[in-house]
Amino acid sequence: MILAAIAAVEIEDLLSSIIAVGAVGLGLSLAFLILKAPDLAITQLVVEILCLIILIRATVKKDLPFSTTGRWLFNTFSTSAFIIVFLVFAYFALRELPSFGEPIMRVAAEYIKNGLQKTGAANIVAAIILDFRGYDTLGEATILFTAVISVLAVMRKAGRIKNEKR
Amino acid sequence: MRSDEKGMTLIVKTITRLTVGLILLYGIYIVLHGHLSPGGGFAGGVIIALSFINLMLAFGKETALKKLSEAWVSTIESFGALMFLTIALLGFTGGYFFFNFFLNKGKPFTLFSAGIIPLCNIAISLEVGAGLFAIFAVLALYNGSRKKE
Amino acid sequence: MSVYILCLVLFCVGLHCVLRKRNIIKIIIGLGIIEYAVNLFFVLTGYRAQGRAPILARDQEILNMVDPLPQALVLTSIVIGLAVTALIVAIAIRIYEKYGTFDITQIRRLRG
Repeated sequence: MILAAIAAVEIEDLLSSIIAVGAVGLGLSLAFLILKAPDLAITQLVVEILCLIILIRATVKKDLPFSTTGRWLFNTFSTSAFIIVFLVFAYFALRELPSFGEPIMRVAAEYIKNGLQKTGAANIVAAIILDFRGYDTLGEATILFTAVISVLAVMRKAGRIKNEKR
Repeated sequence: MRSDEKGMTLIVKTITRLTVGLILLYGIYIVLHGHLSPGGGFAGGVIIALSFINLMLAFGKETALKKLSEAWVSTIESFGALMFLTIALLGFTGGYFFFNFFLNKGKPFTLFSAGIIPLCNIAISLEVGAGLFAIFAVLALYNGSRKKE
Repeated sequence: MSVYILCLVLFCVGLHCVLRKRNIIKIIIGLGIIEYAVNLFFVLTGYRAQGRAPILARDQEILNMVDPLPQALVLTSIVIGLAVTALIVAIAIRIYEKYGTFDITQIRRLRG
């Protein structure tokens, strides 16, 4: 997955790098399946397909200017210094996490134990996002609604397209 | 490119005619069985949007918009969001915000079992599906009108 | 432990793409890679070795399951990521209409 991500970043042609991002997303869906999360695998797969369609639709009809680079030395030095500092601090922070494969399930243990008789649903993830933590799902529905309205507002051409469609 | 206005080639059109109903049916199945097997409202809603987008990509914009016009799409999306909010607010009759007031009315592991969870799934799938189709329709419409200049 | 470091390396690849590239579509691709890395990190913290998927079957008792709480959070995060990507792509299309290029060093007239 990391190799596909590096390919997506470095390839000059825009269409090939979008296809490489698609490879990263499919690898992520496989990783979700290995980590025993089937809900997430289904959702990630279909969302990845839709994201690819929107990206390709935006770029395939424009002519593609190739970008040149400038001020190379200072930019590379500051970026790599920042990334190295980030990784060092991340290593110190990751040592505090519980070791991989033994999570501390203090809240989720109660959800699993009482999930079936309190909600009646067999899918515990669905019971969590719609019954135990339904407020977060309401916030997420609001975000989607706002995003759709924003896209419709950005792509308006001073009222001309909508008027002649009506 | 004139062929882009009318849609794609004959092979794509034939296969789309055969399979787009199956994709819609599969999306509805994933939404309705969201409390028994993996899936739920979000994945099912995206699949329903993908079936309409498939129709639009294979046949061109005008044919797909005749099946589902833009006024209908915004109505369905607003209806889905309002239905979700109403189900949440009706929980006030029980005491909390999201109270599950259909409990003890079905055996577990069957289709009509889990209280308000299937209704929430249907509302979310309507909103997600209609919203994503509206985003794609606007992007496609804008590209098409820009090319004529 | 090494799995977490690999996940953060993926995050750094996306971060390098956002900071250093000059094409707007490359920046959008970098943002997508960052979002994949963060979702993967959340699900990795909830994995139990030899656990089962968190779905009850008809006559099985509840043995060790993986943690369902990060999965519930990541489920909404994936769909929100799609909505944000669609919004950024719409803005990029409008920028291309106005300036004729995708290069971010030519887009300077913010006061217009």
